[in-house]
Amino acid sequence: MTDHAHHHGPAAQTASGMEQAAAIEPASGLEPAAVPGPALAEAAAPEPAPASAARPKLAVWKFASCDGCQLSLLNCEDELLSIAGAVHIAYFPEATRAVVEGPYDLSLVEGSITTPEDMRRIHEIRAQSGTLVTIGACATAGGIQALRNWADVDEFRSIVYAHPEYLSTLDTSTPIASHVDVDYELRGCPVDKRQLIEVLAAYLNGRKPRIPSYSVCVECKRKGNICVPIANGTPCLGPVTQAGCGALCPTYGRGCYGCFGPQDTTNTASLTTQLVELGMADADIVRVYRTFNAGAPEFEAAGNAVEAGGAR
Amino acid sequence: MDDIRLLPATGLEGLIAQLRSRGYRVMGPTLRDDAIVTGEIRSASDLPQGVGDEQDPARYRLRKRDDGAYFGFAAPAQSSKPVFFPAEEVIWRGRRDTAVTPDSAASASTPDNAGNPTTAPASSPHDPGFTVERDQLDAPPIALLGVRSCDLRAVQIHDKVLAGRTYIDAHYVTRREATFVVAVACSDPAATCFCASMGTGPRPAATDPATGEPSYDLLLTEIAPSDPDRHHFVLEIGTEAGRDVAHAIDTAPAEFDDQHEALAVTAHAASQQTRRITAATVRDDLRASAESSRWEDVASRCLSCTNCTLVCPTCFCTTVEDVSDLTGATAERHRVWDSCFSEDFTYIHGGPTRESVKARYRQWITHKLSSWEDQFGMLGCVGCGRCIAWCPAGIDITEEAAALGRMRAGGVLPTGDHVPTGDHVTVTS
Repeated sequence: MTDHAHHHGPAAQTASGMEQAAAIEPASGLEPAAVPGPALAEAAAPEPAPASAARPKLAVWKFASCDGCQLSLLNCEDELLSIAGAVHIAYFPEATRAVVEGPYDLSLVEGSITTPEDMRRIHEIRAQSGTLVTIGACATAGGIQALRNWADVDEFRSIVYAHPEYLSTLDTSTPIASHVDVDYELRGCPVDKRQLIEVLAAYLNGRKPRIPSYSVCVECKRKGNICVPIANGTPCLGPVTQAGCGALCPTYGRGCYGCFGPQDTTNTASLTTQLVELGMADADIVRVYRTFNAGAPEFEAAGNAVEAGGAR
Repeated sequence: MDDIRLLPATGLEGLIAQLRSRGYRVMGPTLRDDAIVTGEIRSASDLPQGVGDEQDPARYRLRKRDDGAYFGFAAPAQSSKPVFFPAEEVIWRGRRDTAVTPDSAASASTPDNAGNPTTAPASSPHDPGFTVERDQLDAPPIALLGVRSCDLRAVQIHDKVLAGRTYIDAHYVTRREATFVVAVACSDPAATCFCASMGTGPRPAATDPATGEPSYDLLLTEIAPSDPDRHHFVLEIGTEAGRDVAHAIDTAPAEFDDQHEALAVTAHAASQQTRRITAATVRDDLRASAESSRWEDVASRCLSCTNCTLVCPTCFCTTVEDVSDLTGATAERHRVWDSCFSEDFTYIHGGPTRESVKARYRQWITHKLSSWEDQFGMLGCVGCGRCIAWCPAGIDITEEAAALGRMRAGGVLPTGDHVPTGDHVTVTS
């Protein structure tokens, strides 16, 4: 059992709160206004890629993760050519084996830190990155693999692997911001491709990204969704979860699973009371707080509180 | 009694068809998912006939009625607010000009107030400038069908807030233009309703108390829905436009007893309401409660989820969000619903001015039940009860107001007219 809250530097949370208030500045020496390229709306007929010197160099890095967030970038089908026109994709093994040496103007980092080697590697990446943006719940909160923070890693390593002595792994899964300075954290499991494009557009234009930190409820109400816990008793984490997915699950009549982590003002104690009233057992309540953002401090504390008998 | 007529229940179809034939987009209550919402009504079959509701704190359930009532339910999940005041709209679009000619670079034109595309002045010979296109509304006039007294009052409040002051909301005014209102007298209040105590229902006032304008063109009161032979509507005529429609459809003259029967429906509905706010004293109760210990109590329950404000038919706060594409060649300004319960709502340089949840709840309820009157000359609450039903924590505005009143009366707080300063209560404009 590891109290992994100590592994979270304050940066892990200030990155989501304070950093979002600031514009993402392109690396020095770049003139965003001079970056040519087609408009998103004209993505069907992109301009030929301009000279690479004029485009910021983009690198996409993977740590402990499922690759889903990187795939969100590749899933930007209609916009992908525009992205390739606006940035020079210099390092992106998920997409291409071609590698351009660093340094890089913008690094997108997927995944959490779970091995000693990754603890070292993230510092190297930070050193050769102008702007570093983490993408997804793993990189921002430790991901589903942060469940190891409540478990005995040696024990399950010995059960799962024939030769556990070959493994070098940490007892915890921690977010990138626990190890290096992060310029911006993009939430989600996986990230939302519209938000990813928005972060790229904000970076290229030297402005603040339009990424809200309010609850999923705002997205539901703006869409005209019917509130699932109120209208049919389905438990929902929406009131404590940050918007960004477009209220995907409630739109299809399901409760929110908290993929985007805690919203800026999180009253999990009050939500726990409601989950109890909707008939959830304590063990199930612990489980819903401990999913993709189990390591986010607010969800971690909420799950621990219920586990300690604080739900009723 | 030419101002009151009878419409058979089967005549709703003709009313809807008549409104549609006059070019109106008819918006009214309809079933979607697990709730009654406001949506487009193309025929009487779109109405939730035979469906009722149960509403309690943090709970809303549809129920099957044992009669054929078309309007046998209380406040729909959302009011008609989005019809005139959508959750998101584009204010303008901007496009960076690509061609640079000596003429265009040197020209300095001003934006066209008519909303036509215009070229903004270039800041330098190397900057091609940009073109701004304002969003143009092209929508048919709206006919509200089956709008309740509470929600009709809320539209009147929005008329004052958005269209009755120095700076008007042009899109709202355009959408509100030539609205035809078929109101419905409420027969089946929910446990969350308290319009009777607010003086905003269940029977709509004939005129807008602020302007003296007629509140509705037509008012329906549904009679005897359990008796297929008698099921009909008492149709009260509020305007000449309403009279024109009433005489173009299948209506018959009414008797004195018919009006009496209609009044009995709303009198009964009012008597069924269990929640109330003491409208006469609530304004002063709130003014005296700026430092109440109650705020900590409610903040421990409040989720800051914003649901109360987004279902409130009078909440009107918005923010603007600018977006651009990857290259900065195009940009848009969107206006979206915002909420005083979000942290960013009061963000200024250095942080939010209402960081604590208790400050946010106090702002919301104080604005709604007190400072709204100072600002607009009426209270901002119409007693629809949506903030009670759709609050996931079941926070009850009537109970919070009553608790503050009790605490003030019981001397828990300094009594007298302690007027909060700007540090404590900020009026939202």
